[in-house]
Amino acid sequence: MNEITRELLKAVSDYHDGYADAYNIREDGCCVGRKSTENIKIDTKEDNPGLVIHIKPGTKGERVSIPACVTHGNVDDIVYNDFYVGEGADVLIIAGCGVHVETGEPARHNGIHRFFLEKGSHVVYQEKHVGRGRGLGIKSIDPVTEIYLGENSCLEMDSLQLGGVDRTLRKTSAVAEKGAKLIIRERILTDGDQQAKTEFDVEMNGEGSSVNLISRSVARGNSYQQYRSRIVGNAPCAGHSECDAIIADNGRVDAAPELTANDGDAALIHEAAIGKIAGEQIVKLRTLGLSEEEAEAKIVAGFLK
Amino acid sequence: MLELKKVTWSAPEGTAVLRGIDLTIPDNKLVVITGPNGGGKTTLAKLIAGLEKPESGSILLDGQDITGLDITERAKLGVSYAFQQPVRFKGLTVSDLLELAAGRKLSEQAACGYLFKVGLCAKDYINREVNATLSGGEIKRIELATVLARHTRLSIFDEPEAGIDLWSFNNLIDVFKELQRSLNGSMIIISHQERILSIADEIVVISEGKITADGAADEVMPQLLGGDMSCEKCPKIEIQYYGGDN
Ligand SMILES: Nc1ncnc2c1ncn2[C@@H]1O[C@H](COP(=O)(O)OP(=O)(O)OP(=O)(O)O)[C@@H](O)[C@H]1O
Ligand SMILES: [Mg+2]
Repeated sequence: MNEITRELLKAVSDYHDGYADAYNIREDGCCVGRKSTENIKIDTKEDNPGLVIHIKPGTKGERVSIPACVTHGNVDDIVYNDFYVGEGADVLIIAGCGVHVETGEPARHNGIHRFFLEKGSHVVYQEKHVGRGRGLGIKSIDPVTEIYLGENSCLEMDSLQLGGVDRTLRKTSAVAEKGAKLIIRERILTDGDQQAKTEFDVEMNGEGSSVNLISRSVARGNSYQQYRSRIVGNAPCAGHSECDAIIADNGRVDAAPELTANDGDAALIHEAAIGKIAGEQIVKLRTLGLSEEEAEAKIVAGFLK
Repeated sequence: MLELKKVTWSAPEGTAVLRGIDLTIPDNKLVVITGPNGGGKTTLAKLIAGLEKPESGSILLDGQDITGLDITERAKLGVSYAFQQPVRFKGLTVSDLLELAAGRKLSEQAACGYLFKVGLCAKDYINREVNATLSGGEIKRIELATVLARHTRLSIFDEPEAGIDLWSFNNLIDVFKELQRSLNGSMIIISHQERILSIADEIVVISEGKITADGAADEVMPQLLGGDMSCEKCPKIEIQYYGGDN
């Protein structure tokens, strides 16, 4: 494992000179470290590059880290990781991705993650993305996340991309069975000429299923962001999505939420707001002694927390 | 000491709102500003804190002309202002806001102390976002707590009692008394509340952009209770309340 990987691991995952629980480290398309535990088994995927991860039923309080790093230009890494989460398990999955480029060549990581949650299981899924290095090569991270939520299971996804990634196309889709719950919190900051597109597609098929999708973004410089969400209720269910964007400089944001109720008892709500930082918020913080720039920085940092 | 000399301000569309304010706020005295709705009290507070600039006239703090200073500069000189309409933030938590106000990292104990003073149970609020889910009374209390956390040379409270329930009101009065004791400086409360007027050392009445009374509380109070605040165009009839047993 090289030094750049080590730095990226610290930025995107819970790396402290190693991992305490199960892990797999991917560096420029190769595995440079892996550990399975009694309850969490990590195997190499047969048909495609990637991993198959089995989490035993009833596993509680364990975590698995599967960071991926691209450390130089001219790499186009694609990986397929499948997670099978057993009945009643309750685990933390950390899947960070870092791309580092010092040259003019592009680098890309494309992680396709599938989650199969058995009855009553609970997963907290954290995904942090960063771009680093002085190279002009375009850094792209294009994650695809597919989630199958079994009866009364719950997945909480926290994704964070706070700069350095030039292009990103995120596709997240989910199917929820009876009583299943999906919570997604996404934070994206773009600057310069960066572009980020995010698409959500959630189908609630089971009675009492729910989704809460919260997206917060800041577009600065000449950056551009696109938000698409499609929430479909095919049963008595509750769906809520919220897209809040702050624009600064010449940043642009385009948001299009879609709600479809195919059941009379589907309750679906969408809230969206795009605009500059409210002037009164800056004024309030200035009365506490902050300069205008400090106030803006605090407001943005709080918003993306 | 804070001094306002011949201060005027007009709304952007031209209406004269403050029409020549001469006012001195001495140190170590609690000054309560009162008067009819729309009289210009909040506007005056905004001018002192630098949210608005006077059209003419000057503002002096301890002899220094601060008329040209901006909001941040005045805050750094010790001007604190609790808004009549507190601002909400998506993302910033109560403890973030208190730390920004105090200008330093606060121990949990210290942060909780400020919330306790304004009658909020700290553990329910300290990590809450200062967003639209807070009730009117809750956000008002948090606003007051930020000014207590700053504890500066000049504190201005704009209708601090608005939205605060009766039970907490007594505690609030004690908080102001305590602040006045511990603060080596000036304190202005804008209020319509008799209970707050009753703890004032001095009372200033602002009506239609002018000071109509200014003096020791026991002199101004009687005038207030007997005053007629309507103009010649207001109908001179008493309001009839139906259905009551008045
Ligand atoms: N930006 C503005 N544009 C137009 N009119 C304004 C503006 N700011 C204040 N005013 C007007 O100035 C007058 C004084 O307002 P101000 O808020 O200072 O009153 P107040 O004494 O604080 O009243 P209240 O007791 O209701 O809080 C009002 O008539 C108000 O409508
Ligand atoms: Mg007012």
